[in-house]
Amino acid sequence: MKSSRAQRIRGLLLVNGVLLLLVLIWLIPVVGLLVSSFRDRFDIQTTPWWAILPHRKWEVVEKIDPRAQGLDASGPMTINGITATFEELRAGVTTPEGQRLQWIGNRRIGTIEVQDKVWTVSWKFTLDNYKQVLQGKSFVYTREDGTVVTIPGDNFYGALLNSIAVALPSTLIPILIAAFAAYGFAWMNFPGRRLMFILVVALLVVPLQIALVPILRDYAKLNLNGTFLAIWLAHTGFGLPLATYLLFNYISTLPRETLESAFIDGASHFTVFTRLILPLSVPALASFAIFQFLWVWNDYLVALIFLGGDRNFQVVTMRLAAIVGDRGQDWHLLTAGAFVTMVLPLIVFFSLQRYFVRGLLAGSIKG
Amino acid sequence: MQYLERRASMELSPIARLVTNLLRIALAALIPLIAFYILYQGFLFLRAGNASKGVITLIAIVWGVGGVAILYWVFNWLVELLPLYWTTRLQPFVFVGPAMAILAWYLFLPSLRTLWISLYGKDGPPGIPLSLLFSSPNEFIALLRAQFVGLGNYIAVFTDRLMREAFRNNIFFWIGVATPLTVIFGLLVAVLADRSKFENFAKAMVFMPMAISFVGAGVIWNFIYEVKPVGSPQIGLLNAIVVGLGGQPQAWPAYTAISPWNNLFLVIIVVWLQTGYAMVLFSAALKGIPEEIIEAARVDGANEMEVFFRIMVPSIRGTIITVTTTVIIFTLKIFDVVWVMTGGQFGTDVIATQFYRQSFIARNSGYGSAIAIVLLIAVIPVMVYNLRRFGEQEAF
Repeated sequence: MKSSRAQRIRGLLLVNGVLLLLVLIWLIPVVGLLVSSFRDRFDIQTTPWWAILPHRKWEVVEKIDPRAQGLDASGPMTINGITATFEELRAGVTTPEGQRLQWIGNRRIGTIEVQDKVWTVSWKFTLDNYKQVLQGKSFVYTREDGTVVTIPGDNFYGALLNSIAVALPSTLIPILIAAFAAYGFAWMNFPGRRLMFILVVALLVVPLQIALVPILRDYAKLNLNGTFLAIWLAHTGFGLPLATYLLFNYISTLPRETLESAFIDGASHFTVFTRLILPLSVPALASFAIFQFLWVWNDYLVALIFLGGDRNFQVVTMRLAAIVGDRGQDWHLLTAGAFVTMVLPLIVFFSLQRYFVRGLLAGSIKG
Repeated sequence: MQYLERRASMELSPIARLVTNLLRIALAALIPLIAFYILYQGFLFLRAGNASKGVITLIAIVWGVGGVAILYWVFNWLVELLPLYWTTRLQPFVFVGPAMAILAWYLFLPSLRTLWISLYGKDGPPGIPLSLLFSSPNEFIALLRAQFVGLGNYIAVFTDRLMREAFRNNIFFWIGVATPLTVIFGLLVAVLADRSKFENFAKAMVFMPMAISFVGAGVIWNFIYEVKPVGSPQIGLLNAIVVGLGGQPQAWPAYTAISPWNNLFLVIIVVWLQTGYAMVLFSAALKGIPEEIIEAARVDGANEMEVFFRIMVPSIRGTIITVTTTVIIFTLKIFDVVWVMTGGQFGTDVIATQFYRQSFIARNSGYGSAIAIVLLIAVIPVMVYNLRRFGEQEAF
C-alpha cells in the first residue's frame, strides 16, 4: 500500500513536472518578446532580456592609474598583491577575495579597474518603443551623448485601423451569406442540392493559391486592386466553404419539431430563419466568427497580394513584415510591433476560447 | 410541402422547367452582383470623399453587412409575392444561390482558369476577344497556339533545381518532420494535462500561439535565433545557450553550412504554433474515452504505458488521422513563416514561396499557375476522403 502511494506521488510529480517544462518552453518565446518590447532600446541590443532577472555582474569599484603606481606594462606588474602580465590583466584577473582586475584601454594610456561582482537587475523600462511603432509622425530622441536623432514613425496605429477595417467585414459578410446557404441546404428541398453541397465539401481543402492569379486579373479589370473591398470579397470567397460546412453541420442538427411547428403556424422560411434559426445558432456563428477573425487578422499572403504596396492601406502583418525586411535588427521596434499585432487576437482568443475550441472540434480542414 | 413540390415537378413541361432554371440561376447571380455593385459604388464614394478609416470601416460594416442582409430580404420578399408554385421553386435559390455564385467566382472557376493558364507561357493565354473565334476561328487558334506550351511548365516544375529543393523541404521537413512532431507534442500535452493539477492553464498556454500570426511568430523566433558577433553578449536565447556551452554563435535559419538541416529551425516555429490545435482535438477525444475501460485495464494490471498505447491511442485513432491530415494540408501550403524568416533563401524554399515568387515577382503566370495546380493535386486525396465520408452521411 505504502509503495503504491509513493509510486503515485512520483507519477504525479513526473506528470506535472514534464508538463510544466513544456508550458515553460511554450511560454518563454512570448515572454522574451513582451519583456523586450518594454526595455530601453540600447539595453535590448547590449544585454539579453533575461538580464531583468537578478544576475551577478562585474561593477567597477576603483580605478587605478598604472603610471601613478609606477607600473611597467612591458613586464609582470603587481597590483593589490596580484602579479600579472599586461595580457593577463587585459583578459581580467580574479583576486582571491573575489575581485577582478582588468586593464581597460591600450598598453600606454590605459587604466586598471578593480571590479566587484554584485547582484544586479537591468530594469530600465520604457514605453518609447510602443510610441515609436504606433506613431505615424517621426520620432525624436536624444542619444546618451546628446545628439538628437529623428526616426520616421512606423504608424502601427494606422495599420491597426486598417486591420480592423479588413477583418470585421471579412468576418461578418461570409457568416451572413453562409448562414443563409446553410439553412437552405438543411431545411429546403431543391434540385441540385446534393451536388451543390458536394461542391462545398470539395472546396474545403482547395488551396487558396489556386485562385490568386485569376482573381488578381479580374480585380485588375474592375480596378479593385489595393482596395479594402477587394480583400473583403476575397476573404469572403475563401472563407465561405468552411463557414457553410460548419453552419450546416450545426443547423441541420437543430430539432426538427421546433421548425415544423413554426411552419404549421404559417411562418415563412425567412421568418423561421431570422427569428428561430439565427438565435439558436449563435454558438456556431460565434465559433466561425472567431475562426475567421483570427484567420483574417493573421493573414499575410492574401493582404500582400490584394492590398499591394500602398503604405496607407497596409495591415499590421504587412507592416511588421516590412520592418523585418528593412530593419531586422531594430529589436525595440520589432518586439513592440509584434506585440501590437498580437494584442487584439489574444484578447479575442482568451475571452472567447470556448467558442473557438468548439469550432475546431466541429471538424475543420481549411484551404 | 415536400409532397406538393414533388407533384409539381412531375407536371412541369420542358419549357416551364427551362424558365424555372433560368430564373434560379438569375437569382443566384443577381444577388451577389447587385450586392457587389452597391458595395463598389459606396466604396468609390467613400474613397473619393477621403473619409477616415474609422468611418470607412464603420460604414463598411453597416453598409456591407446591412446591405447584403437587406438584399436577401428584398429578394425573398419578391419571391414570396409569387404564387406558391413559384415560391417553393425559387426560394431555395435566394438562400443558397449567392453562396454558390461566390464560391464559383472565387474558388471553382479559378481552379479551372489556373489550369488553363498553366498550359501557356510567361503571360498566360493571350487576351484575344472571343468574337474573333466566330469571325475567324483559324486566326483565334493560331494566336492561342503561339503562347501554348502544353505540359512544358509542369516539366519545368518537376525538373527545376529550386523546385526540387522546395519539394524536398515540403515533403521531408514539413510533412515528414513538422507533422509528426506536432502530433506527438499535441498528444503528449493532452495526456499530461488530463492528469495534471493545472490542466486549464497548461492547455491555454500551449494553445495561445494559435492566436499569433506567422509574421508575429517569425519575429518572436527571429529574436530567439538572433546572433551577435563573437565576444559581445548574445541577446538571442539559442545563441546564449550555445555560447554558454562553449559553442560558436550562428544565424541558425541562415546557417548554410548545415543546409538542409537549417530548415529544422523553421519547423520548430510551426510545431510551436500548431501543437495547440492538435492538443485541443486530442484532449477532447481523450475525454471521450469511457473511464471504465481505462480503469478496467489498470485493474487488470496494465501499466500507464500500456494503457496509453493499447487503449488510448487505438480509441482516438480517428482523431489522430484528422489532425495529421489537417496539419499535412497546412504545412503543404506553408508560406508566411518561410517568407518572413528567410525569404526562401539558404535552401529553405517551399512550394508556396516558389509559387509566390514565380507568380508575383517574376510575373511568370504560366509557371506559377502550374505550381498552384501541383498544390491542388496534392490535396486531392484528402478531398476524395472528405467526399467519401460525406457520402456515407445519412442526411443527404
